[in-house]
Amino acid sequence: MNMNMNMNMNMNMNNTKTIINVSRKIGLKEKIYLYALIQGLFITLKWFLRGFFLGKSNTISYPEEKRNYSNRFRGMHFISVDENKVENCTSCYLCQTVCPAKCITIIAEERYRDNDPFHYGVRKEKKPKSFTVDALRCCFCGMCEEACPKDAIKLSRNYELAVQTRAEALYDLKHLTREVIGRG
Amino acid sequence: MIEIASTIAKIIFIFFLCLSSLPLCVWFERRGSAWIQGRKGPNRVGPFGLIQPVADAIKFFFKESFIPTNADKVLYLLAPLLALAAPVAAMISIPFGSYLLFENLGGNDQYKIPLQIVQSDSGILFVLAFAGLEIYPLILAGRASNNKYSILGALRGCSQLISYEIAMGLSILSMVVIYSTFEMNAMISYQQNHLWGVFINPIGALIFWVAGFAETNRLPFDLAEGDSEIVAGYHLEYGAMKFALFFMSEYVAMMMVSAFLVTLFFGGYALLPGMNFCIQYFSATQNTIAIFQFLSLFLKVAFFMFIFIWVRWTLPRFRFDQLMHLGWNILFPLSIINLLLMIVLGYLI
Ligand code: SF4
Ligand code: SF4
Repeated sequence: MNMNMNMNMNMNMNNTKTIINVSRKIGLKEKIYLYALIQGLFITLKWFLRGFFLGKSNTISYPEEKRNYSNRFRGMHFISVDENKVENCTSCYLCQTVCPAKCITIIAEERYRDNDPFHYGVRKEKKPKSFTVDALRCCFCGMCEEACPKDAIKLSRNYELAVQTRAEALYDLKHLTREVIGRG
Repeated sequence: MIEIASTIAKIIFIFFLCLSSLPLCVWFERRGSAWIQGRKGPNRVGPFGLIQPVADAIKFFFKESFIPTNADKVLYLLAPLLALAAPVAAMISIPFGSYLLFENLGGNDQYKIPLQIVQSDSGILFVLAFAGLEIYPLILAGRASNNKYSILGALRGCSQLISYEIAMGLSILSMVVIYSTFEMNAMISYQQNHLWGVFINPIGALIFWVAGFAETNRLPFDLAEGDSEIVAGYHLEYGAMKFALFFMSEYVAMMMVSAFLVTLFFGGYALLPGMNFCIQYFSATQNTIAIFQFLSLFLKVAFFMFIFIWVRWTLPRFRFDQLMHLGWNILFPLSIINLLLMIVLGYLI
């Protein structure tokens, strides 16, 4: 009961206070419509002449010109490598665990220092035997990148992800450790 | 014999002129809209993308040509044919020049070939009759293709055309009062001798022009198509070449309405200012004059085609009630008042 009264009072107060009339009188000039029409026609004519004579346009002719996305753009995955071209990944499974789309599959194995030709300077005990990212499932959220303690998996600025077959969209370790131009 | 041959030659000339300028119109529509919107438009096929319509046509030819299952087959196939035939047919009584003069032809010393396919005393009625046919493809397509959106588009198109043809007819009537003839050549010679119709009757010209947009289903009044509301309206169920016919018919209808507008209000084939000088520069024979007359009609029609495209990419679509309001509450009374005004004017002159 009390609340009802309160609400009523509130509403009353609102009614008296906050009537804002946003409608305005439409003058003769606007009613006739022709004035605004001619104005609009001249705007489009201006743009037409700009395009026709000066050839100006805001188009990016895609295959030849490419849009320069920001550094934070999340595109195709890659795994960063150290100076010996050995992947930084230690197969900690953090990315696989955090991935909301469940698209990372890792099989880990031990990294033998002695037999490894790239052993020098590598202080990682585990390495991925296979590391697969299913780009068709990926939602490019970037959580794998956030989770990785070694800054190994990262998302590049490459946005041209089209492939011919589904199999090509499964990025394996070889594909992921490629040289990435741009970020990283 | 010569008469028949010349008539056939004229028909072929007009028909091919209409059809061969279509790709250019389509190209200009696409390129022009791109320029207006700050884009580039089709620019890959050929120089300036000029071959693009050819590529489109090839694509249309090779697409699957289907008929919806429950469609009324005869009407379904008839509609696009009628859509293209009606505006082309309406062209026949629009004069595109005064006459050509040949010597020693058919036993006569001088043989005149009037540059008009049908010389009828009631040329305007002829054009109106065929232009009136333009509503049939809408109805037939909407009714025959067994689709709710199509029938909605057809209904919209009908009510729109009805509400505009009255205003259009009255504005034509006001010009008939002034010229006191139904014959198009006589109208043009009146305009050559006096003033262009648009200076005598500017309101009539404006009404006719606005109604022309509705007549051709062009953008401010393209409610029969209304992409955002009823997908594609009456030609929703048409694909491949059948759709291309509808698409082409729109441009032919634009040409027809432009030519009609030019004939009624902008002096038809009357020479553009400055052309007299050009003719003097060449040789002032009847044949050169006729060619220049054709050229000036062509330029005028091209100008109005440009305006059609320009307006399309400027104005948004009207809402249906706004359109009805404009048709019945504004243009209709305005055209009646204008007609009365012109009758009074006709008495005074
Ligand atoms: S970007 Fe997101 S969805 Fe894609 S692999 Fe990384 S965590 Fe999974
Ligand atoms: S990529 Fe990073 S998060 Fe994923 S397994 Fe390797 S080290 Fe761990």
